[in-house]
Amino acid sequence: MTIPQLSIFIENRSGTLITVLNVLKQAGIQIIASTIADTAEYGIYRLICSEPMRACEELKKAGVAVALSGVFALEIDDQPGRAADAVKTFSEAGISITYMYSFLLRGKGILVFRTDDNDHAAAVITSNQLKTIDESALTALV
Amino acid sequence: MIWNPNKECMSRDEMSALQGKRLHKIVEYVYHNVPFYRNKLQELDIRPDDIQTIEDIKKLPFTTKKDLRDNYPFGLQAAPQSQIIRIHASSGTTGNPTIVGYTRKDIGVWSECMARCLTAYGVTRDDIFSVAYGYGLFTGGLGAHYGVEHIGASCIPAGTGNTEKHLKLIRDLGITGLACTPSYALYLAETMDKLGIRKEDIKLRVGAFGAEPWTENMRQEIQERLGLKGYNIYGLSEVMGPSVSYECQMQHGSHICEDHFYPEIINPVTLEPLPAGQSGELVFTTLTKEGMPVLRYRTRDLCSLLPGTCDCGRTAVRMSRIEGRSDDMLIIRGINVFPSQVESVVLSMPEFAPRYMLVVDRVNNLDTLQVQVEIRQEFFTGVFDTPAAVDQLEKKLAAKLKSVLSIAAKVQLKAPGTIERSQGKSAHVIDKRKL
Repeated sequence: MTIPQLSIFIENRSGTLITVLNVLKQAGIQIIASTIADTAEYGIYRLICSEPMRACEELKKAGVAVALSGVFALEIDDQPGRAADAVKTFSEAGISITYMYSFLLRGKGILVFRTDDNDHAAAVITSNQLKTIDESALTALV
Repeated sequence: MIWNPNKECMSRDEMSALQGKRLHKIVEYVYHNVPFYRNKLQELDIRPDDIQTIEDIKKLPFTTKKDLRDNYPFGLQAAPQSQIIRIHASSGTTGNPTIVGYTRKDIGVWSECMARCLTAYGVTRDDIFSVAYGYGLFTGGLGAHYGVEHIGASCIPAGTGNTEKHLKLIRDLGITGLACTPSYALYLAETMDKLGIRKEDIKLRVGAFGAEPWTENMRQEIQERLGLKGYNIYGLSEVMGPSVSYECQMQHGSHICEDHFYPEIINPVTLEPLPAGQSGELVFTTLTKEGMPVLRYRTRDLCSLLPGTCDCGRTAVRMSRIEGRSDDMLIIRGINVFPSQVESVVLSMPEFAPRYMLVVDRVNNLDTLQVQVEIRQEFFTGVFDTPAAVDQLEKKLAAKLKSVLSIAAKVQLKAPGTIERSQGKSAHVIDKRKL
Protein backbone atom coordinates (compact mmCIF):
# COMPACT_ATOMS: atom_id res chain seq x y z
CA MET A 1 0.00 0.00 0.00
CA THR A 2 3.01 2.28 0.44
CA ILE A 3 5.78 3.36 -1.89
CA PRO A 4 9.43 3.80 -0.89
CA GLN A 5 10.60 7.32 -0.18
CA LEU A 6 14.20 8.39 0.24
CA SER A 7 14.94 10.73 3.17
CA ILE A 8 18.27 12.47 2.80
CA PHE A 9 20.03 14.60 5.42
CA ILE A 10 21.40 17.71 3.73
CA GLU A 11 23.29 20.49 5.47
CA ASN A 12 22.43 24.08 4.59
CA ARG A 13 25.62 24.75 2.71
CA SER A 14 26.10 25.48 -0.92
CA GLY A 15 27.12 22.39 -2.87
CA THR A 16 25.37 19.79 -0.73
CA LEU A 17 22.24 19.42 -2.86
CA ILE A 18 24.16 19.18 -6.11
CA THR A 19 26.34 16.41 -4.65
CA VAL A 20 23.24 14.30 -4.02
CA LEU A 21 21.68 15.11 -7.39
CA ASN A 22 24.90 14.25 -9.21
CA VAL A 23 24.95 10.80 -7.64
CA LEU A 24 21.40 10.20 -8.88
CA LYS A 25 22.23 11.58 -12.30
CA GLN A 26 25.25 9.33 -12.72
CA ALA A 27 23.19 6.33 -11.63
CA GLY A 28 20.51 7.21 -14.17
CA ILE A 29 17.82 7.56 -11.51
CA GLN A 30 14.74 9.55 -12.45
CA ILE A 31 13.27 11.85 -9.83
CA ILE A 32 9.48 11.72 -9.84
CA ALA A 33 8.67 14.00 -6.94
CA SER A 34 10.63 15.71 -4.18
CA THR A 35 10.32 18.17 -1.34
CA ILE A 36 12.69 19.59 1.25
CA ALA A 37 11.68 20.04 4.88
CA ASP A 38 14.06 22.81 5.81
CA THR A 39 15.32 24.11 9.16
CA ALA A 40 17.83 26.86 9.83
CA GLU A 41 20.76 24.44 9.69
CA TYR A 42 19.81 21.46 7.60
CA GLY A 43 17.09 20.01 5.45
CA ILE A 44 15.48 16.61 5.04
CA TYR A 45 15.24 16.05 1.31
CA ARG A 46 12.38 13.64 0.56
CA LEU A 47 12.39 11.98 -2.78
CA ILE A 48 10.24 9.63 -4.83
CA CYS A 49 12.27 8.16 -7.67
CA SER A 50 12.33 5.45 -10.30
CA GLU A 51 14.55 2.88 -8.57
CA PRO A 52 14.54 3.72 -4.86
CA MET A 53 16.55 0.69 -3.65
CA ARG A 54 19.36 1.27 -6.11
CA ALA A 55 19.22 5.03 -5.53
CA CYS A 56 19.61 4.43 -1.79
CA GLU A 57 22.57 2.11 -2.32
CA GLU A 58 24.32 4.54 -4.64
CA LEU A 59 23.83 7.43 -2.21
CA LYS A 60 25.13 5.35 0.69
CA LYS A 61 28.20 4.45 -1.35
CA ALA A 62 28.76 8.17 -1.81
CA GLY A 63 28.68 8.64 1.99
CA VAL A 64 25.30 10.37 2.13
CA ALA A 65 23.03 9.98 5.18
CA VAL A 66 20.01 8.45 3.49
CA ALA A 67 17.20 6.13 4.53
CA LEU A 68 14.18 4.46 2.96
CA SER A 69 10.74 4.55 4.47
CA GLY A 70 7.25 3.69 3.24
CA VAL A 71 4.81 6.51 2.51
CA PHE A 72 1.25 6.41 1.28
CA ALA A 73 0.65 7.48 -2.32
CA LEU A 74 -3.02 8.13 -2.93
CA GLU A 75 -4.28 8.48 -6.47
CA ILE A 76 -6.93 11.18 -6.88
CA ASP A 77 -8.63 12.86 -9.82
CA ASP A 78 -6.84 15.94 -11.07
CA GLN A 79 -9.74 18.20 -10.16
CA PRO A 80 -10.39 20.97 -7.60
CA GLY A 81 -11.43 19.68 -4.18
CA ARG A 82 -10.19 16.08 -4.46
CA ALA A 83 -7.24 16.64 -2.09
CA ALA A 84 -9.59 18.11 0.50
CA ASP A 85 -11.90 15.11 0.19
CA ALA A 86 -9.02 12.72 0.69
CA VAL A 87 -7.55 14.46 3.71
CA LYS A 88 -11.02 14.84 5.26
CA THR A 89 -11.36 11.04 5.35
CA PHE A 90 -8.25 10.77 7.54
CA SER A 91 -9.12 13.78 9.60
CA GLU A 92 -12.51 12.34 10.44
CA ALA A 93 -10.81 9.11 11.49
CA GLY A 94 -8.67 11.11 13.93
CA ILE A 95 -5.46 10.60 11.96
CA SER A 96 -2.97 13.47 11.63
CA ILE A 97 -0.97 13.98 8.47
CA THR A 98 2.70 14.46 9.40
CA TYR A 99 3.71 15.78 6.00
CA MET A 100 2.33 15.71 2.47
CA TYR A 101 3.34 16.61 -1.05
CA SER A 102 1.97 15.78 -4.47
CA PHE A 103 2.79 15.13 -8.11
CA LEU A 104 1.03 14.29 -11.34
CA LEU A 105 1.23 10.79 -12.83
CA ARG A 106 -0.44 9.98 -16.15
CA GLY A 107 -3.04 12.69 -15.68
CA LYS A 108 -3.87 11.69 -12.11
CA GLY A 109 -2.95 13.51 -8.95
CA ILE A 110 -0.82 11.58 -6.46
CA LEU A 111 -0.84 12.63 -2.80
CA VAL A 112 2.25 11.42 -0.95
CA PHE A 113 1.97 11.52 2.84
CA ARG A 114 2.88 10.04 6.16
CA THR A 115 0.61 9.97 9.19
CA ASP A 116 1.03 9.68 12.93
CA ASP A 117 -0.65 6.25 12.81
CA ASN A 118 0.15 4.39 9.63
CA ASP A 119 -1.65 1.15 10.60
CA HIS A 120 -4.84 3.04 11.25
CA ALA A 121 -4.37 5.00 8.01
CA ALA A 122 -3.96 1.76 6.04
CA ALA A 123 -7.23 0.47 7.52
CA VAL A 124 -8.98 3.71 6.56
CA ILE A 125 -7.66 3.44 2.99
CA THR A 126 -8.94 -0.11 2.72
CA SER A 127 -12.35 0.50 4.24
CA ASN A 128 -12.95 3.61 2.11
CA GLN A 129 -11.64 1.84 -0.99
CA LEU A 130 -9.25 4.68 -1.68
CA LYS A 131 -6.88 4.05 -4.55
CA THR A 132 -3.16 3.90 -3.90
CA ILE A 133 -0.28 3.31 -6.28
CA ASP A 134 2.58 0.94 -5.62
CA GLU A 135 6.23 0.84 -6.52
CA SER A 136 5.62 -0.81 -9.90
CA ALA A 137 3.82 2.33 -11.07
CA LEU A 138 7.05 4.25 -10.50
CA THR A 139 9.35 1.74 -12.19
CA ALA A 140 6.98 1.59 -15.15
CA LEU A 141 7.78 5.21 -15.86
CA VAL A 142 11.36 4.47 -16.79
CA MET B 1 45.42 49.83 51.69
CA ILE B 2 47.00 46.55 52.66
CA TRP B 3 45.04 43.90 54.58
CA ASN B 4 47.99 41.98 56.06
CA PRO B 5 51.24 44.01 55.78
CA ASN B 6 53.08 41.42 57.90
CA LYS B 7 52.76 38.90 55.11
CA GLU B 8 52.15 40.97 52.00
CA CYS B 9 55.14 43.25 52.65
CA MET B 10 57.50 40.72 54.25
CA SER B 11 61.17 41.04 53.27
CA ARG B 12 62.20 38.54 50.62
CA ASP B 13 64.55 36.75 53.02
CA GLU B 14 61.86 36.38 55.65
CA MET B 15 59.41 35.15 53.03
CA SER B 16 61.86 32.52 51.75
CA ALA B 17 62.53 31.33 55.28
CA LEU B 18 58.80 31.08 56.00
CA GLN B 19 58.18 29.24 52.73
CA GLY B 20 61.00 26.80 53.47
CA LYS B 21 59.64 26.07 56.92
CA ARG B 22 56.11 25.59 55.59
CA LEU B 23 57.30 23.45 52.69
CA HIS B 24 59.02 21.05 55.06
CA LYS B 25 55.84 20.82 57.13
CA ILE B 26 53.54 20.22 54.17
CA VAL B 27 55.84 17.53 52.73
CA GLU B 28 55.90 15.81 56.10
CA TYR B 29 52.10 16.15 56.31
CA VAL B 30 51.37 14.60 52.89
CA TYR B 31 54.03 11.93 53.41
CA HIS B 32 52.13 10.69 56.42
CA ASN B 33 48.60 11.30 55.20
CA VAL B 34 48.44 10.78 51.42
CA PRO B 35 49.60 7.36 50.16
CA PHE B 36 49.84 8.77 46.62
CA TYR B 37 52.51 11.27 47.72
CA ARG B 38 54.25 8.85 50.06
CA ASN B 39 54.69 6.40 47.18
CA LYS B 40 55.91 9.10 44.83
CA LEU B 41 58.42 10.42 47.36
CA GLN B 42 59.63 6.94 48.23
CA GLU B 43 60.13 6.17 44.55
CA LEU B 44 62.39 9.23 44.37
CA ASP B 45 64.03 8.24 47.65
CA ILE B 46 63.00 11.51 49.29
CA ARG B 47 62.24 11.74 52.99
CA PRO B 48 60.49 14.78 54.47
CA ASP B 49 63.73 15.72 56.26
CA ASP B 50 65.43 16.13 52.88
CA ILE B 51 63.22 19.16 52.31
CA GLN B 52 64.37 22.02 54.52
CA THR B 53 64.54 25.18 52.40
CA ILE B 54 62.33 26.47 49.64
CA GLU B 55 65.10 25.71 47.12
CA ASP B 56 64.62 22.02 47.94
CA ILE B 57 61.26 22.20 46.17
CA LYS B 58 63.07 21.28 42.93
CA LYS B 59 63.54 17.77 44.31
CA LEU B 60 59.79 17.20 44.62
CA PRO B 61 57.63 15.44 42.04
CA PHE B 62 54.98 17.26 40.03
CA THR B 63 51.24 16.75 40.40
CA THR B 64 48.99 16.84 37.34
CA LYS B 65 45.29 17.01 36.63
CA LYS B 66 45.59 13.35 35.61
CA ASP B 67 46.82 12.48 39.10
CA LEU B 68 43.71 14.14 40.53
CA ARG B 69 41.53 12.21 38.11
CA ASP B 70 43.26 8.87 38.77
CA ASN B 71 42.70 9.35 42.49
CA TYR B 72 39.05 10.39 42.22
CA PRO B 73 37.29 11.24 44.43
CA PHE B 74 39.21 11.48 47.72
CA GLY B 75 42.59 9.88 46.95
CA LEU B 76 44.57 13.10 47.38
CA GLN B 77 42.68 14.28 50.43
CA ALA B 78 44.98 14.53 53.42
CA ALA B 79 42.56 15.47 56.18
CA PRO B 80 40.06 12.99 57.62
CA GLN B 81 36.52 13.45 56.29
CA SER B 82 35.38 14.66 59.72
CA GLN B 83 37.63 17.69 59.29
CA ILE B 84 36.32 18.59 55.82
CA ILE B 85 33.64 21.30 55.95
CA ARG B 86 33.25 22.08 52.25
CA ILE B 87 33.71 20.28 48.93
CA HIS B 88 33.96 21.99 45.57
CA ALA B 89 34.24 20.33 42.17
CA SER B 90 35.62 21.51 38.86
CA SER B 91 35.57 19.98 35.41
CA GLY B 92 37.77 17.00 34.83
CA THR B 93 39.20 16.28 31.42
CA THR B 94 36.85 13.34 31.04
CA GLY B 95 34.00 11.93 33.03
CA ASN B 96 34.90 12.57 36.63
CA PRO B 97 35.12 16.08 38.03
CA THR B 98 38.01 17.17 40.23
CA ILE B 99 36.97 17.06 43.88
CA VAL B 100 38.53 19.46 46.37
CA GLY B 101 37.80 19.28 50.08
CA TYR B 102 38.47 22.18 52.48
CA THR B 103 38.95 22.11 56.23
CA ARG B 104 37.75 24.97 58.43
CA LYS B 105 41.30 26.32 58.43
CA ASP B 106 41.43 26.15 54.61
CA ILE B 107 38.25 28.21 54.35
CA GLY B 108 39.82 30.68 56.78
CA VAL B 109 43.01 30.97 54.69
CA TRP B 110 40.91 31.38 51.56
CA SER B 111 38.86 34.17 53.17
CA GLU B 112 42.09 35.82 54.32
CA CYS B 113 43.57 35.73 50.79
CA MET B 114 40.31 37.04 49.38
CA ALA B 115 40.36 39.85 51.98
CA ARG B 116 43.91 40.78 50.90
CA CYS B 117 42.68 40.87 47.32
CA LEU B 118 39.61 43.03 47.96
CA THR B 119 41.58 45.39 50.17
CA ALA B 120 44.17 45.79 47.41
CA TYR B 121 41.31 46.87 45.15
CA GLY B 122 40.28 49.47 47.72
CA VAL B 123 37.19 47.65 48.99
CA THR B 124 36.31 48.36 52.64
CA ARG B 125 33.55 47.51 55.09
CA ASP B 126 31.68 50.54 53.78
CA ASP B 127 31.16 48.94 50.39
CA ILE B 128 28.14 47.06 49.12
CA PHE B 129 29.65 44.29 47.06
CA SER B 130 27.88 42.08 44.59
CA VAL B 131 29.25 38.63 43.76
CA ALA B 132 28.10 37.65 40.28
CA TYR B 133 30.21 34.55 39.88
CA GLY B 134 28.41 31.23 39.79
CA TYR B 135 27.59 29.93 43.27
CA GLY B 136 27.68 26.20 43.74
CA LEU B 137 30.34 23.64 42.89
CA PHE B 138 32.35 26.35 41.09
CA THR B 139 34.67 28.10 43.57
CA GLY B 140 34.08 31.61 42.20
CA GLY B 141 30.85 32.50 43.99
CA LEU B 142 31.41 31.20 47.52
CA GLY B 143 35.13 32.02 47.42
CA ALA B 144 34.53 35.71 46.74
CA HIS B 145 31.52 35.74 49.07
CA TYR B 146 33.50 34.67 52.13
CA GLY B 147 36.17 37.30 51.44
CA VAL B 148 33.60 40.09 51.15
CA GLU B 149 32.06 39.06 54.46
CA HIS B 150 35.50 38.69 56.04
CA ILE B 151 36.37 42.35 55.43
CA GLY B 152 32.92 43.33 56.62
CA ALA B 153 31.48 44.74 53.41
CA SER B 154 27.82 44.04 52.64
CA CYS B 155 27.73 41.02 50.37
CA ILE B 156 25.08 40.61 47.67
CA PRO B 157 25.09 36.97 46.51
CA ALA B 158 23.80 37.85 43.04
CA GLY B 159 25.11 34.78 41.24
CA THR B 160 24.90 34.53 37.49
CA GLY B 161 21.95 35.27 35.24
CA ASN B 162 18.95 37.44 36.05
CA THR B 163 20.88 40.41 34.68
CA GLU B 164 18.03 42.93 34.64
CA LYS B 165 17.18 42.33 38.28
CA HIS B 166 20.85 42.50 39.17
CA LEU B 167 21.18 45.87 37.42
CA LYS B 168 18.13 47.17 39.28
CA LEU B 169 19.83 46.23 42.57
CA ILE B 170 23.11 47.77 41.45
CA ARG B 171 21.26 51.04 40.80
CA ASP B 172 18.74 51.04 43.65
CA LEU B 173 21.05 49.78 46.42
CA GLY B 174 24.00 51.84 45.27
CA ILE B 175 26.21 48.76 44.92
CA THR B 176 29.86 49.86 44.77
CA GLY B 177 31.75 46.61 44.12
CA LEU B 178 31.27 43.81 41.64
CA ALA B 179 32.93 40.43 41.11
CA CYS B 180 32.23 38.58 37.86
CA THR B 181 33.86 37.39 34.66
CA PRO B 182 35.09 40.24 32.44
CA SER B 183 32.79 39.14 29.65
CA TYR B 184 29.82 39.27 32.00
CA ALA B 185 30.85 42.80 33.01
CA LEU B 186 30.63 43.79 29.35
CA TYR B 187 27.29 42.04 29.08
CA LEU B 188 26.08 44.08 32.05
CA ALA B 189 27.17 47.23 30.20
CA GLU B 190 25.26 46.12 27.10
CA THR B 191 22.16 45.45 29.16
CA MET B 192 22.49 48.86 30.82
CA ASP B 193 22.47 50.48 27.38
CA LYS B 194 19.39 48.47 26.44
CA LEU B 195 17.54 49.47 29.61
CA GLY B 196 18.64 53.10 29.34
CA ILE B 197 20.66 52.99 32.57
CA ARG B 198 23.63 55.37 32.38
CA LYS B 199 26.85 54.91 34.28
CA GLU B 200 26.00 58.14 36.13
CA ASP B 201 22.94 56.32 37.53
CA ILE B 202 25.05 53.69 39.32
CA LYS B 203 27.76 53.82 41.97
CA LEU B 204 30.03 50.94 40.94
CA ARG B 205 33.66 51.84 41.58
CA VAL B 206 35.54 48.53 41.93
CA GLY B 207 35.40 45.39 39.83
CA ALA B 208 37.08 42.03 40.58
CA PHE B 209 37.30 40.29 37.23
CA GLY B 210 38.67 36.85 36.55
CA ALA B 211 37.95 33.17 35.85
CA GLU B 212 38.70 33.71 32.16
CA PRO B 213 41.44 35.38 30.10
CA TRP B 214 40.95 39.04 29.29
CA THR B 215 42.97 41.85 27.80
CA GLU B 216 44.01 45.40 28.57
CA ASN B 217 41.59 46.60 25.88
CA MET B 218 38.72 44.81 27.59
CA ARG B 219 39.75 46.42 30.87
CA GLN B 220 39.64 49.89 29.30
CA GLU B 221 36.23 49.22 27.82
CA ILE B 222 34.75 47.82 31.05
CA GLN B 223 36.17 50.69 33.09
CA GLU B 224 34.82 53.25 30.65
CA ARG B 225 31.35 51.76 30.32
CA LEU B 226 30.71 50.84 33.97
CA GLY B 227 32.60 53.78 35.46
CA LEU B 228 34.72 51.64 37.76
CA LYS B 229 38.30 50.48 38.17
CA GLY B 230 38.68 46.85 37.13
CA TYR B 231 41.24 44.49 38.65
CA ASN B 232 42.37 41.03 37.74
CA ILE B 233 41.81 38.16 40.15
CA TYR B 234 43.30 34.72 39.58
CA GLY B 235 42.79 31.35 41.14
CA LEU B 236 42.01 27.71 40.54
CA SER B 237 40.11 25.23 42.61
CA GLU B 238 42.88 22.61 42.62
CA VAL B 239 45.01 25.09 44.57
CA MET B 240 42.28 26.99 46.42
CA GLY B 241 39.94 29.13 44.32
CA PRO B 242 39.88 32.84 43.44
CA SER B 243 42.49 35.05 45.19
CA VAL B 244 45.54 32.86 44.67
CA SER B 245 46.76 36.12 43.16
CA TYR B 246 45.32 39.60 42.70
CA GLU B 247 46.23 42.95 41.22
CA CYS B 248 46.89 46.04 43.29
CA GLN B 249 46.22 49.71 42.50
CA MET B 250 49.12 49.62 40.00
CA GLN B 251 47.10 47.23 37.80
CA HIS B 252 50.38 45.73 36.68
CA GLY B 253 50.71 42.05 37.48
CA SER B 254 48.92 40.04 40.17
CA HIS B 255 50.51 39.59 43.61
CA ILE B 256 50.57 35.95 44.65
CA CYS B 257 49.66 35.00 48.22
CA GLU B 258 53.01 33.24 48.26
CA ASP B 259 53.06 32.52 51.96
CA HIS B 260 50.26 30.04 51.12
CA PHE B 261 50.84 29.19 47.45
CA TYR B 262 54.42 28.87 46.24
CA PRO B 263 54.73 29.64 42.52
CA GLU B 264 57.23 28.29 40.03
CA ILE B 265 57.46 28.74 36.27
CA ILE B 266 58.67 25.69 34.37
CA ASN B 267 59.35 24.77 30.81
CA PRO B 268 56.28 22.62 30.06
CA VAL B 269 58.33 20.25 27.90
CA THR B 270 61.54 19.75 29.89
CA LEU B 271 59.87 20.55 33.25
CA GLU B 272 62.94 22.60 34.18
CA PRO B 273 62.29 25.67 36.38
CA LEU B 274 62.67 28.97 34.52
CA PRO B 275 64.07 32.23 35.93
CA ALA B 276 61.88 35.25 36.73
CA GLY B 277 60.72 37.12 33.66
CA GLN B 278 60.58 34.07 31.42
CA SER B 279 57.26 32.70 30.25
CA GLY B 280 56.36 29.12 30.98
CA GLU B 281 53.87 26.94 32.82
CA LEU B 282 52.75 28.11 36.23
CA VAL B 283 53.16 25.54 39.01
CA PHE B 284 51.83 25.88 42.55
CA THR B 285 52.64 24.16 45.81
CA THR B 286 50.15 24.75 48.60
CA LEU B 287 52.18 25.55 51.72
CA THR B 288 49.44 25.54 54.34
CA LYS B 289 46.52 23.59 52.94
CA GLU B 290 45.03 20.81 55.06
CA GLY B 291 42.14 19.40 53.02
CA MET B 292 43.83 18.63 49.73
CA PRO B 293 47.41 19.92 49.60
CA VAL B 294 49.19 19.68 46.26
CA LEU B 295 52.92 19.55 45.58
CA ARG B 296 54.07 21.31 42.41
CA TYR B 297 50.66 21.23 40.76
CA ARG B 298 50.95 21.95 37.04
CA THR B 299 48.25 24.55 36.32
CA ARG B 300 48.79 24.41 32.54
CA ASP B 301 48.43 28.18 32.57
CA LEU B 302 51.24 29.95 30.73
CA CYS B 303 52.59 33.19 32.22
CA SER B 304 55.71 34.67 33.78
CA LEU B 305 56.69 35.93 37.23
CA LEU B 306 57.52 39.63 37.06
CA PRO B 307 60.97 40.62 38.27
CA GLY B 308 61.44 43.74 40.39
CA THR B 309 59.38 45.35 43.13
CA CYS B 310 55.94 46.90 42.97
CA ASP B 311 55.27 50.55 43.78
CA CYS B 312 52.29 49.58 45.96
CA GLY B 313 54.61 48.48 48.78
CA ARG B 314 53.81 44.78 48.59
CA THR B 315 56.81 42.52 48.25
CA ALA B 316 54.77 39.48 47.24
CA VAL B 317 55.83 38.32 43.79
CA ARG B 318 53.61 39.24 40.84
CA MET B 319 52.53 37.07 37.93
CA SER B 320 51.76 38.37 34.46
CA ARG B 321 48.43 37.93 32.73
CA ILE B 322 47.77 34.38 31.59
CA GLU B 323 49.13 34.17 28.07
CA GLY B 324 47.67 30.82 27.13
CA ARG B 325 47.46 27.17 28.08
CA SER B 326 49.88 24.30 27.69
CA ASP B 327 46.91 21.97 27.18
CA ASP B 328 43.70 22.29 25.20
CA MET B 329 41.42 23.52 27.99
CA LEU B 330 38.98 26.25 27.01
CA ILE B 331 37.37 28.73 29.35
CA ILE B 332 33.82 29.38 28.25
CA ARG B 333 31.70 31.75 30.32
CA GLY B 334 34.20 31.24 33.11
CA ILE B 335 33.79 27.46 33.06
CA ASN B 336 36.66 25.14 32.19
CA VAL B 337 35.85 22.99 29.19
CA PHE B 338 38.05 20.23 27.82
CA PRO B 339 37.45 18.94 24.28
CA SER B 340 37.95 15.45 25.72
CA GLN B 341 34.73 15.92 27.75
CA VAL B 342 32.82 16.51 24.53
CA GLU B 343 34.56 13.52 23.02
CA SER B 344 33.45 11.22 25.84
CA VAL B 345 29.82 12.28 25.29
CA VAL B 346 29.98 11.90 21.52
CA LEU B 347 31.56 8.45 21.83
CA SER B 348 28.78 7.38 24.18
CA MET B 349 26.16 7.89 21.47
CA PRO B 350 26.36 5.41 18.58
CA GLU B 351 24.20 7.71 16.45
CA PHE B 352 27.21 9.93 15.87
CA ALA B 353 30.57 9.34 14.23
CA PRO B 354 33.55 9.66 16.61
CA ARG B 355 34.38 13.05 15.17
CA TYR B 356 33.48 16.44 16.55
CA MET B 357 34.34 20.10 16.45
CA LEU B 358 33.90 22.75 19.11
CA VAL B 359 33.17 26.22 17.74
CA VAL B 360 33.55 28.90 20.39
CA ASP B 361 32.51 32.47 19.73
CA ARG B 362 31.56 35.59 21.64
CA VAL B 363 28.23 37.16 20.70
CA ASN B 364 27.20 40.37 22.50
CA ASN B 365 29.98 39.71 25.00
CA LEU B 366 28.64 36.30 25.93
CA ASP B 367 30.58 33.19 25.01
CA THR B 368 28.79 30.68 22.85
CA LEU B 369 29.69 27.05 22.33
CA GLN B 370 28.58 25.05 19.35
CA VAL B 371 29.35 21.38 19.07
CA GLN B 372 29.35 19.96 15.58
CA VAL B 373 28.91 16.23 15.21
CA GLU B 374 28.48 13.95 12.24
CA ILE B 375 25.40 11.85 11.97
CA ARG B 376 26.45 8.24 11.36
CA GLN B 377 25.17 6.75 8.13
CA GLU B 378 24.11 3.43 9.67
CA PHE B 379 22.00 5.22 12.25
CA PHE B 380 20.22 7.49 9.82
CA THR B 381 17.11 5.35 9.41
CA GLY B 382 13.65 5.87 8.00
CA VAL B 383 12.43 7.47 11.22
CA PHE B 384 14.49 10.54 10.37
CA ASP B 385 12.19 11.68 7.59
CA THR B 386 11.13 14.77 9.56
CA PRO B 387 13.17 17.57 11.17
CA ALA B 388 11.32 16.85 14.43
CA ALA B 389 12.96 13.41 14.64
CA VAL B 390 16.39 14.86 13.90
CA ASP B 391 15.83 17.62 16.46
CA GLN B 392 15.16 14.98 19.12
CA LEU B 393 18.55 13.48 18.43
CA GLU B 394 20.12 16.94 18.75
CA LYS B 395 18.31 17.56 22.03
CA LYS B 396 19.46 14.23 23.46
CA LEU B 397 23.07 15.13 22.75
CA ALA B 398 22.63 18.71 24.00
CA ALA B 399 21.22 17.45 27.32
CA LYS B 400 24.14 15.04 27.81
CA LEU B 401 26.64 17.79 26.99
CA LYS B 402 24.98 20.16 29.44
CA SER B 403 25.23 17.68 32.27
CA VAL B 404 28.88 16.91 31.58
CA LEU B 405 30.12 20.42 30.75
CA SER B 406 27.89 22.43 33.13
CA ILE B 407 27.24 24.90 30.33
CA ALA B 408 24.80 24.78 27.46
CA ALA B 409 26.11 23.91 24.03
CA LYS B 410 24.31 24.26 20.76
CA VAL B 411 24.47 21.09 18.73
CA GLN B 412 24.92 21.26 14.99
CA LEU B 413 24.46 18.05 13.05
CA LYS B 414 26.70 17.57 10.06
CA ALA B 415 26.46 15.15 7.18
CA PRO B 416 28.74 12.06 7.30
CA GLY B 417 32.35 12.71 6.41
CA THR B 418 32.14 16.49 6.58
CA ILE B 419 34.16 17.07 9.75
CA GLU B 420 37.86 16.81 9.10
CA ARG B 421 39.62 13.98 10.86
CA SER B 422 41.67 15.59 13.58
CA GLN B 423 45.41 15.79 13.22
CA GLY B 424 46.06 16.97 16.76
CA LYS B 425 44.42 18.26 19.88
CA SER B 426 43.77 21.78 18.62
CA ALA B 427 42.10 20.42 15.51
CA HIS B 428 38.96 19.86 17.59
CA VAL B 429 38.47 23.53 18.36
CA ILE B 430 37.71 26.66 16.40
CA ASP B 431 37.91 29.62 18.76
CA LYS B 432 36.55 32.71 17.03
CA ARG B 433 36.71 34.93 20.11
CA LYS B 434 38.86 37.94 19.52
CA LEU B 435 40.48 38.95 22.77
